[in-house]
Amino acid sequence: MQIQFTINGKSQSVDVDGKTPLLWVVRDVLNLKGTKFGCGKAACGACTLHVDGEAVRSCSYPIKFAEGKKITTIEGLGEGDNLHSVQQAWKEEIVPQCGYCQPGFMMATAALLEKIPNPTDEDIDNNIVNICRCATYYRMRKAIHRAAEINGAT
Amino acid sequence: MAEEIKTRKKGIRRRKFLKYSGVGLGLMIGGVYLTRHMWRRAIFEGAETMLPPYGGETGQPMIWFQVTPDNKIKLLSPKVEMGQGTFTSLAQMAADELEVDMDRIEVVHADTDSGNIDPMSTGGSLSVAGLWQPLREMAATLREMLKTKAAEKLGVAVSALSLANGVITGGGKSMTYGEVVEGVTDWEIPDVPPLKDRKDHKYIGKPIPRIDLHDKVVGAPIFGMDASMPGMLYGSVVRSRLIDTDMSNFDVSEAEKMPGVVKVVKSDGFVGVVAKSFTEADNARRKIKFDYNIKKDWNLSDIEEAIKVGNGRKAVIQKEGEAVEDIDGEGEVLEMEFRSPIGAHAQIEPNGALAHYEDGKVTLMLSTQVVGITRNEVADALGIDAEDVNVIPTYLGGGFGRRLHTPNAIQAAIMSKEVGKPVKCFFDRKQEFQNDTFRPPTHHIMRGKLSPEGKIVGLEHNFASGDTMFNSAILPVSSGTLENMLSADIGSIRGGAIMYRGIENHRATYYHVDLPFATSFWRSLGLLANAFAIESFIDELAIKAGKNPVDFRLDHLLDDGAYGTRIRNVVKACAEKSGYTDKPSGDRAMGFAASIDAGSPCAHAVEVSIVDNEIKVHKVVAAFDCGIAVNPDQVRAQVEGCICMGISASLFEKMDLKDNKLYPTIYGPYQMALMKDSPKEIETILIEGADVPLPVGEPPLGPIGAAIGNAVRRLTGKRLTELPMKLT
Ligand code: FES
Ligand code: FES
Repeated sequence: MQIQFTINGKSQSVDVDGKTPLLWVVRDVLNLKGTKFGCGKAACGACTLHVDGEAVRSCSYPIKFAEGKKITTIEGLGEGDNLHSVQQAWKEEIVPQCGYCQPGFMMATAALLEKIPNPTDEDIDNNIVNICRCATYYRMRKAIHRAAEINGAT
Repeated sequence: MAEEIKTRKKGIRRRKFLKYSGVGLGLMIGGVYLTRHMWRRAIFEGAETMLPPYGGETGQPMIWFQVTPDNKIKLLSPKVEMGQGTFTSLAQMAADELEVDMDRIEVVHADTDSGNIDPMSTGGSLSVAGLWQPLREMAATLREMLKTKAAEKLGVAVSALSLANGVITGGGKSMTYGEVVEGVTDWEIPDVPPLKDRKDHKYIGKPIPRIDLHDKVVGAPIFGMDASMPGMLYGSVVRSRLIDTDMSNFDVSEAEKMPGVVKVVKSDGFVGVVAKSFTEADNARRKIKFDYNIKKDWNLSDIEEAIKVGNGRKAVIQKEGEAVEDIDGEGEVLEMEFRSPIGAHAQIEPNGALAHYEDGKVTLMLSTQVVGITRNEVADALGIDAEDVNVIPTYLGGGFGRRLHTPNAIQAAIMSKEVGKPVKCFFDRKQEFQNDTFRPPTHHIMRGKLSPEGKIVGLEHNFASGDTMFNSAILPVSSGTLENMLSADIGSIRGGAIMYRGIENHRATYYHVDLPFATSFWRSLGLLANAFAIESFIDELAIKAGKNPVDFRLDHLLDDGAYGTRIRNVVKACAEKSGYTDKPSGDRAMGFAASIDAGSPCAHAVEVSIVDNEIKVHKVVAAFDCGIAVNPDQVRAQVEGCICMGISASLFEKMDLKDNKLYPTIYGPYQMALMKDSPKEIETILIEGADVPLPVGEPPLGPIGAAIGNAVRRLTGKRLTELPMKLT
C-alpha cells in the first residue's frame, strides 16, 4: 500500500506492505541506517525514533500507522551540521563504546527532555529503559544531565 | 667483514620478530609436545600473567599504513573496534612515533586483501597490549623510511632533517609526507629504530576523546548490519530451537510461494530463504517445515548434575604444599560451594554477514572478531582459495566473545552464489539467544583452613566448568589435540588460581565437563565465576578470623616486588579511596574484593543497600593496574563498562533449559542491568604498575560479583553463593 509521511522534515511516500515495521522502511527503503535493529520485539530500544515527537520503538510499529505522521530519526535530530544538545552532551561525556545502542538512547533522551526538561535521577531511571550491553549507563546519566544543562533547563 | 656484521644483525632482527610472528602459537604447541608437563605448569601458572604474542605481520610498515597525497595517514588495523576504544589508542601510538598530530591519522579496519591480517582474533583484551610493540615499531620504521626518501628528494642528509606534524624540513626546503611518497614504488625497510621514551610521548597516556565519537553520535552506517551493496537481497536461515538435535525432512513448498521470495536454498549444512526484504525472508523461513530428531533429552537439572566438581577431565593447575585435609596442626576447616549459571552474550547487534559471490570470488562485509579465520572458513566452504575471499570488517555492535563464530558468513556466501546477487543474512533475536555460544555454567568447592591466630594455612579452589576454549573458532588447531596437550581449558581457568601466594598450602584443580550445547568465550571467560567463588570465600574466612577483610587479604598477599605487590597496591589504593569499612552504616554496607587477570590486578569496593528485597549497588570504587594506560579515559570507560556488565551478570542474568530448549530468548525475560541498576557513582583509580600496557577490557569484571556478595553478607548476615545473586 501507499503510505505518506514526513521524515526528518521531508515529505516521503513509500509503497510497501502495511504490516512492514517502520524500522525496516527507514533502514532498507529509505536507507537511513542510524536507527538500529536489536530485537524486533520492542524489548531493547535500539530502534527508537520519534513519531510526532513521541519516542517509539519502530521495530514494532507497522508502517501503516505512520500515515500522515512526522517521523524523526537520529539523522534528523540535529539541524543540518549542528548537533542536537543531546548529541553534544553525548560527545562531551564520551558516552559510546561500541555505539550500536546509542542512537536509540539519544532519541529516547531527546523525547524525555521535551517532556521533563530537567529530569531527576529517578525520572531518568523510570524513562530511559533501553538496553546497552556495553553498559555505558554511568556516562549516559551524566550526559542526560549535561544535555538538560546545555538546554538551559537547570 | 661488513657483510658479516650485516648478516649477523639481520639474524638478530629475525629472532626478535619471531616473537611477534604468526608461528608463535605453533612453536608453543611444538614445545608442548616435547616437554608436555613442564609446559602445562608454565601455562597454568602463567595464566594470570601470560600474554600471547601478536600473531600477524610485523615486518612491513607499508601494509600497516597508507600515506595519501593530502598528507593523511591511514592506519589499517588488523584488530577490530568493538567498543574497547582500540582504534583511538592505536592512533595515539602511531601519531607519537610518526610525529604527526592525531587528526592526520585515520584508523580503518584492514580488509584481508590488504594483507594486514590477524590470523587469530580480536579478543583476550590484547589489542592495545599486543600491538604496543609491533605497531610502534612499524610507525617508527615508516618515519625513518619517509625521512630517507625525503633526504633523497630534497638532496640533503638525513641528519639535517627535522619533522613537524607530517612535514619534513631540511636545507631550507620542506615536503609533506604525502609529497614524499609520491611516485615511490620501492621502499627499503631499515632496522627498527629506537622507540620514543615515555617522556617524549605527546599522545600516549592522554585522555584523547575516542576518534569514532562523531560517527557514533550521528548514527553513521558503520556496523555490519548497516552494510549494503547494490542489488542486495536478504537471507534467512532455519536454525534449531533445540539442543542435541538433528533436523531433517525439510518441506519448503509453502515457503517458496511466499511474497518476495527469490529462492529457497538447500545446502549441505543449512536451509535458507533468499527474498527481497528482511521481513519477507523471515516470514517465508517460518513456513519451512521439518522434523526434529532429539538425540537425548535435556533439562537444566541435567546440566547442573553434569557440572560438578569431580566430573569430567581433571587438571591440577596449582599445587603448592598439602591438601587442606592433610595439613597438620590446630585450626578450623571451612568449606563452601558456589555456582554460576549459563550466560548469554546478548550483544545488541545480531550476528550477520553480507556476501557477494562473483566470478569465483567472494566479498564479505561483517562484524567479526575473527577476520582471518572467517576468510579461510568461507574459502573452504566454497572450495576456493583464501586469496579469492576478501573480508571487509566493519565496526562491531558489541563483541564480548560472541563473534568468534561466524556461520552467517558461509551461509550468506553460499546463498549469494545460488542467486547471483549480494545476500545479507543475520540472526533474529530469538536465533541469537538460542544459537549463542554461551558462558558455561560452573561449580566451585572452596576449602580453607584457619590457624587459631586467624591465618589461612591452606586454601583450595576446586571447580568444574563447561568448555570455553576448545570448540571455539579461535584456535587454528583441532580442539582434541590442543586439549590433549594442555589438558585444561586455559579459558575456563582464568582467575581460577589462588593469588594469595602467602598461604603456605594452596591448590587449584579444574574439571572440564562436556555439555550438549556450544559454550565459548564470554568477556573475561572463567574470571567472573572464579573470582566470585574465591573472593566470597576469602571474605567468609576473614569474618571467621575476626579480621578486617582488607588487612586479611594483605596478610596473605606476598610483597614480592612484582605479582603480589601489584595486587597489594590495588587493594590498598581501593580501600583507602573508598574509605572501606566492614561495619554497615544505616541501610548500607560496603563489600570488598580483588582479582588478577592477564597480568592486570583490580580491586572493587562497593556500597549496597536492599530496596524492596532487591540488591542495589550505589557506588563502586575501582583500583586498576593495567600498566601504561595508553588512553586513560578509555581505560576508565572499560572499567565502568565491566562494573556495570558485571552487576548485570551477578544480579540478573541466567539462561534456563527445558525439554532441550534454551530460554529466555528475548531481552526482558533475559533480565539485564538497565539504567536504574547502574551505580550512580563510579570512581576509578589507575595505577601504572608495569612499563607496558596490559589487558584492560576484561580484568575489571573479576571482583564485582564477590564485592557485591560481600557487602550483602555484611548487611544481612546472609552469604549468597549462587550467581545471579537473589535474596529469596
Ligand atoms: S529492535 Fe526495536 S526494541 Fe529492540
Ligand atoms: S555502546 Fe555498545 S551496546 Fe551500548
